[in-house]
Amino acid sequence: MSILEIDGLTKHFGGLTAVDHVSFEVQEGEILGLIGPNGSGKTTLFNLINSFYTVSSGKIIFNKQDITHLKTNEIAKAGIGRTFQVVKPLKRLSVEDNVMAGAFARENSFSGAREVAHEVLKFCHLDDYSQMKADSLPIGGRKRLEIAKALATRPSLLLLDETAAGLNPTEVVEAIQIMKNIRDELGITIIIVEHIMKVIMTISDRILAIAHGSTIAEGKPEIVAQDPAVIQAYLGSEFNIGDHFNA
Amino acid sequence: MTNNTQNGFFKLTKFEFTAIAIIMISPLLFSWSMYFQGLLIIVMLWIILGLSWNLMAGYTGQVSFGHAAFFGIGAYAAALPYFHWRISPWWGLITGPIVAVAFGYFLGKLVFKLKGPYFALGTLASGEILRIIFGEEELITNGHNGIFYMTTWTSKLPYFYIAAALAIFSILIIRKIIQSKLGFYFLSIREDQDAAEALGIDTVKYKNLSLAISAAMAGVAGAFYMIYMGFIDPEVVFALHNISIITILVGIIGGVGTIWGPAVGAIVMIFIQELFRSSLFGLGPEWLSRLHSLVFGALVVLIILYMAGGIVGDWPIIANKIKSWKNKTEGQS
Amino acid sequence: METFLQTLASGILIGGLYAIIGIGMTLIMGVLNIINLAHGQILMISMYITWVLWHYFGIDPYMSIFITIPTVFLIAEGISKYFLHPLIDKDSILPENQVLMTVGIGMVIMELARTIFTSDFKSISPTTTLRGEKIDIPGYLQNSIHIANISISIPLLIAFSISIFLTLGLFLFLTKTDKGRSVRATAQDKGAAALMGISTAKITILTYGIGSALDAAAGSLLLPIYYLYPDVGPIFTVKAFVITILGGLGSTVGAIFGGLILGLAETFGATYISMGYKDAVGLIIFLLVLVFFPGGLKRFTKV
Repeated sequence: MSILEIDGLTKHFGGLTAVDHVSFEVQEGEILGLIGPNGSGKTTLFNLINSFYTVSSGKIIFNKQDITHLKTNEIAKAGIGRTFQVVKPLKRLSVEDNVMAGAFARENSFSGAREVAHEVLKFCHLDDYSQMKADSLPIGGRKRLEIAKALATRPSLLLLDETAAGLNPTEVVEAIQIMKNIRDELGITIIIVEHIMKVIMTISDRILAIAHGSTIAEGKPEIVAQDPAVIQAYLGSEFNIGDHFNA
Repeated sequence: MTNNTQNGFFKLTKFEFTAIAIIMISPLLFSWSMYFQGLLIIVMLWIILGLSWNLMAGYTGQVSFGHAAFFGIGAYAAALPYFHWRISPWWGLITGPIVAVAFGYFLGKLVFKLKGPYFALGTLASGEILRIIFGEEELITNGHNGIFYMTTWTSKLPYFYIAAALAIFSILIIRKIIQSKLGFYFLSIREDQDAAEALGIDTVKYKNLSLAISAAMAGVAGAFYMIYMGFIDPEVVFALHNISIITILVGIIGGVGTIWGPAVGAIVMIFIQELFRSSLFGLGPEWLSRLHSLVFGALVVLIILYMAGGIVGDWPIIANKIKSWKNKTEGQS
Repeated sequence: METFLQTLASGILIGGLYAIIGIGMTLIMGVLNIINLAHGQILMISMYITWVLWHYFGIDPYMSIFITIPTVFLIAEGISKYFLHPLIDKDSILPENQVLMTVGIGMVIMELARTIFTSDFKSISPTTTLRGEKIDIPGYLQNSIHIANISISIPLLIAFSISIFLTLGLFLFLTKTDKGRSVRATAQDKGAAALMGISTAKITILTYGIGSALDAAAGSLLLPIYYLYPDVGPIFTVKAFVITILGGLGSTVGAIFGGLILGLAETFGATYISMGYKDAVGLIIFLLVLVFFPGGLKRFTKV
């Protein structure tokens, strides 16, 4: 059963078309990898799904409900959580308070929200940092905090925007494990944007490649990686796809 | 943050209990002077105003430069029914906050569309416009002549206990808010509005809610001011400097985004004012008495430069410094 | 009709004077990205200096510009360097920290004035005594010229002319000199300006000085036509930001039109509505512009 249906989604910025008639579906319980060169429209796609940008044309159906014109907070409440490429911690609050702020999306009581926060913090390996101020976390912790805040809103679909970027190899392995657990243990569907191919190749069930705002390939990771159009898109931007995949 | 524990509404920490106890007995200590008892009442009023501003600015990140608007509206809500129909101003304690919230609702529609400096200017303008309109519309407001009312009691004590009850109640409300979903939402909006929206927080709704609570508190303070002073005019209650700006300064000195900050700020402000007005209680030369506002202004400048968190916010740092200074002097002796 | 033309003339003349107050504010807003709530108080410093120079030294108020501009420039440089600039790197809960600092500084200036000069109203007196000698104020300060049935006060006319002269000078500075170009670059994009090798810190401090110097000129020009007392500052702070919002934050050409509009709105408001509403007219226009045209006139002038 598909949890998210994107139909002919288009976004114009003035004369520039950042996303051009993109259509795809995401199945419940799936991890969908979103790849494409810089500026191809991946983050814009996320910003359209959670309504930071208004859609120029096209439709977004989530759980059979048309969410195209809902507000950002309503989309979060409907069950789509997201992280930001440039992390947005609530800087002066403690790590625990950050996560509690997310948990209040479905909890009204203080103790209920705190319980949720504790679970999520443990899940994201942040329990040791819970009393630290969010802006004093090291970068690995901040990336995990992004995930934790989104998880605390109890989403059924999670949009992860480069949560592994800037991490060291050990942290990358940890991040992959957390993402896998999110799907396997919590049953949350994931769409992931990632530049580190190791991450995207290991955890995606399916990959969608976009360039210049349009879909250029879609399918199993091994197949998309061989796709001439994908290789062309990366080479065209002077990218050596071989290096990229081994990174 | 001190959000980790949640207290019951009337469950007080030792510090809070002591503070409230001191407030309660303070007028008895000054029973020899109506003047000092009057000052204590004014302190209570500033605590309420400071708390009101701090909820919006310190906790929700929406810095208002026009809080006199709510204060003045509260005061006139108490005064106008008396002026026209001889209805007791005491009703203002109920109607004041209601009218202030109603005004805040419309103001919010205008100013929350504005960002950064525009928001600051929008709030500032709202207070100023009300000051001028209330000054000019003589048929309705009696203009600059203001409105008189024979106060109910000559003793200061009943006024004090009512003001103190309002102030303590306000502190407890703020504390309750901060330790609840509402408080977390306000803080999230202050820290990052985009992140807050992504967490499912309706930022428009919660900013308006913060404004409404803030307006209600300032409205109560305004109504009480009318009841206690027995006289208001637009220049007094809608004053840009003496109300809007001083409210901000009380918040900054005490500590933006702290529960007890406004209380500390209000006490410090009145203390400095009196210390200098009385020329160091009569011990210093007479000319000192003219310096009270100057000293207060200078203190604000220094606090912003060196203690951005205010007295309460930076208390851990201050306490540490005092400790290390004590250790040093003890080591030397 | 006569009343109308008379009002129009006064409105334009006072508007020219308002324009330089607004340009000063808009420069500061553009480069420092703050509203300067001490703007009117800084103008007041200049008014007091001008008053002292006339009252105790018998110096023509218009000549005192040569003293008020450099003095106020230096004071403002100090404020900017020691009080505003250090706040940039300070973490604070409220992003408006610098704005709040200008509030504190404005209060200190105001209270200093009250301490030194008391709360009395002051204005340029017709005569002053200097070493036992009586000096009369230059005659032109009290006269008007008449064109048809419209009388135009000479002080207002002089103020208007000097304002235009200063505005032109500022434009030459901003467009023709390296320093001026750096100021404009910093206003447009601080990061890019820094990458081009501009010391944005120095430019920021300089800009506060220049903006305040314009303010100082306005102060000297205002004194012959206005009262002076310690609380006069906030009135002009409010006027300054009304002008800047009308013109669009950071737009110098916009500020000129903003100044003229405010001048006209006030004089017409005073003539046709009521004297007391004079100040409200500006604020109401301001709130309407803020809500309906958030960019101010900038969207029409594009400068």
